[in-house]
Amino acid sequence: MRIDHLAALTAAFVFPLFPAWSFEIELERNFTRPGNQEQLDIISTADLGPFTPIISAFQDENPGIDIRYVVASSVELFKALHAENASFDLAISSAMDLQIKLANDGKSVPYTSATTSRLPGWAKWRNEVFAFTREPAVLLISRKAFSALPVPRTRIELIELVRSHPDVFRDRVGTYDVRSSGLGYLFATQDSRNSEVYWRLTEVFGQLGSRLYCCSAEMIADVENGTLALAYNVLGSYAQRELSDGGGNAQLVTFEDYYNVMLRTALIPASATNVSGAGRMIDFLLRLDLRPDLVERSGFPAIPLSGSGGLDNTNSIHLGPSLLVFLDKLKRRKFLEYWSSSLRLDGEPGDRAEQRILE
Amino acid sequence: MMPRVSSGSIRLRLTTQLVVVAAVLSIVFVYSVWSVGKNTAETTQDKVLSAAAASIADALRTERGELVVDIPYSTFSMLEAISDDRIFYRIIVNGTTVTGYEDLPADPSLVDSRVPHFSNNVFVGEDVRTVAVKRSFSALGVPVDVVVFVAQTRAGYTRIASDVLSVAAWVGSGFFLFAIVLCLVASQSALRPLREVARAVERRGPEDLRPMRQLTPVEIAPLVSALNGFISRLESSLIRAEEFIADAAHCLRTPLAMIRTNAEIALRTTRSTPSRQALREILKAADESSRSTGQLLDHATVTFRSDNMKVERVDVVSLVADTIDRFEPVAEMKGIKLLSTPGRTTVDCRADPVLLRSALGNIIDNAIKYSPADSVIRVSTDLPLDRIRISVCDQGRGFGEKSCEMLTGRFTRGDNVEDIIGSGLGLTIVAKVVDSHQGELCIASNPEGAGTCVSIILPH
Repeated sequence: MRIDHLAALTAAFVFPLFPAWSFEIELERNFTRPGNQEQLDIISTADLGPFTPIISAFQDENPGIDIRYVVASSVELFKALHAENASFDLAISSAMDLQIKLANDGKSVPYTSATTSRLPGWAKWRNEVFAFTREPAVLLISRKAFSALPVPRTRIELIELVRSHPDVFRDRVGTYDVRSSGLGYLFATQDSRNSEVYWRLTEVFGQLGSRLYCCSAEMIADVENGTLALAYNVLGSYAQRELSDGGGNAQLVTFEDYYNVMLRTALIPASATNVSGAGRMIDFLLRLDLRPDLVERSGFPAIPLSGSGGLDNTNSIHLGPSLLVFLDKLKRRKFLEYWSSSLRLDGEPGDRAEQRILE
Repeated sequence: MMPRVSSGSIRLRLTTQLVVVAAVLSIVFVYSVWSVGKNTAETTQDKVLSAAAASIADALRTERGELVVDIPYSTFSMLEAISDDRIFYRIIVNGTTVTGYEDLPADPSLVDSRVPHFSNNVFVGEDVRTVAVKRSFSALGVPVDVVVFVAQTRAGYTRIASDVLSVAAWVGSGFFLFAIVLCLVASQSALRPLREVARAVERRGPEDLRPMRQLTPVEIAPLVSALNGFISRLESSLIRAEEFIADAAHCLRTPLAMIRTNAEIALRTTRSTPSRQALREILKAADESSRSTGQLLDHATVTFRSDNMKVERVDVVSLVADTIDRFEPVAEMKGIKLLSTPGRTTVDCRADPVLLRSALGNIIDNAIKYSPADSVIRVSTDLPLDRIRISVCDQGRGFGEKSCEMLTGRFTRGDNVEDIIGSGLGLTIVAKVVDSHQGELCIASNPEGAGTCVSIILPH
């Protein structure tokens, strides 16, 4: 009896903020300053590293506001806001499709300000989802592995190169596990829309035996340490930041046939309690382009507001409800089946991640 | 004198009616544009929705005996192309939801094959327009009914409709304001002929009784012809009055002459002082009466002749001399000298001699009448500034304070003549004659002392 009591007490003490929520978080950090009155809860897929300078600069500009920054995967973030209505003031995610689904399903609230009205039309939807970075998907190669090989400029060249040098690439090709990574799934589905070559590439990766990753950071590390000869669809901004820290084995390649550009987006969840604070943070993020110091420290390629120069938007993934199509239960199952059989994966194609997202 | 204003203003009535018509037309315009806009927005949404549902339905296929649902990527692109509205869908196979939003309101039993079925529902707290499309398949000999529901919120379309309404409202009110200006201008110009007739009547002189000849719109023609009828009745009644006066004067002349003759005879034969006194009174009264009747006849003659002038070459000097000769005996009786100032021998003028003689006679007659005994009346003729001036200057009492214009009115006399019998017709006759010759009548104080100078100035 006494032990049960203690257990309950401990549980209440340890998880006071998440009483019955089942989504998983990776990290939580509080940015508090003495005397602050206001609290802003942010759930984000972005790592603390790039976001810490942004939060500090925001707190400098908006004194009196404490920030709780929770890092979660895009799927967990979606689950928290869609199924569980967890209370956060701002959601920042790289999974554009899941953000659009949150807005489409009425899980976000609109926000307008002088700053949001200057954002180009392609970078916002319904005044609920706002894009503030453009981050391309790139190919990362190991200089050691490619020392005797030409650097491929297109996917077709990559296919031919990998086919003709199976000894170099066997079990040394890395890409996202699209079953568990929201961003990986987004890049893969957009690839499949853009070109039939994608499936041939997947077939080739399957023949050689590819390694699957949850996150860009791990892929970058494995290319850097030589475990991987190449990593396909790595988030360019992360790679750039990691590579600037030294090393020198990994090299970034942008394809010439096409490349996808992900827009990192922010939205205010319907469950938000501090909407005005969240709005100020959105305005701050949309003005990131005006802070070259923050752009450099965070590594986020900011979107310029209109009036501060045009921007070629041809490669960006379109931010709109057409992204909902690949979130369709049957469409997703079909895609994963095809993807799994191309990569010659064993086991059930209907994976746990799918269950988590759609049921 | 202003007429009694009792039944309001035609202009106000006209303007009000036109403005009401314009307002009704504006409202009809706004309403019809709005309903067309609303209809178009709704039809557009329905068409895009059914195209989206059809594209999902058309992508349905059976593979190895199993139904495959594969939503084309373009399906939602076409929906988001038109507005930012939220999109929902639900696919039901044989009564079971296989994918999409399971709680989207949908009733497959209402849907007919091949014909899109539309309905309005509420989903996630918003109004949605739902379309349903049905397809029937056969999978391994088993019939399969698939119903595809696609729904979209209506905010974008409501906004289109309200944008159309606001444009229509702006255009409609602009049209209305413009119409008000046009109404004011139209009523102003519609009533202009009426004002022109009024001004034409106002401009006429008191003697002008000609009919109105100006062109008027058909609507005002009856008014003008009624006015003309009235004028001609007035003219004929005036002519009748003049004729009556002339006839009366004529009839009085003969009896007056007989009274005078008999009174003179009686005066010569009677010695009785009271009788002589009475007879002198009778003579004096008869003289005055015959002078007055003479003037009335003169006036009638002048009135008649000034409308039918017989203009000929007249020698003014001899006309003046003749008139002085005619009045010499009367002047002598009062001890007044009539002097003609010597000047030119002949001055030619184009005039009606009868009228001119009558005018000059009346001036001299007046001068004699109001001059004291043993005074002088000078009659002169000269040509100032290429015009002919005939002046009659006396040493009498003058005209007092009354103005020239008032003196020339009929039966009007000077302020200071209460002790002398007179009709007041003399100067009226003179003025009329001068007027009909386009001349001027000038009455001024005698520059050589007491008295008055009356001048007729005629064009050469």
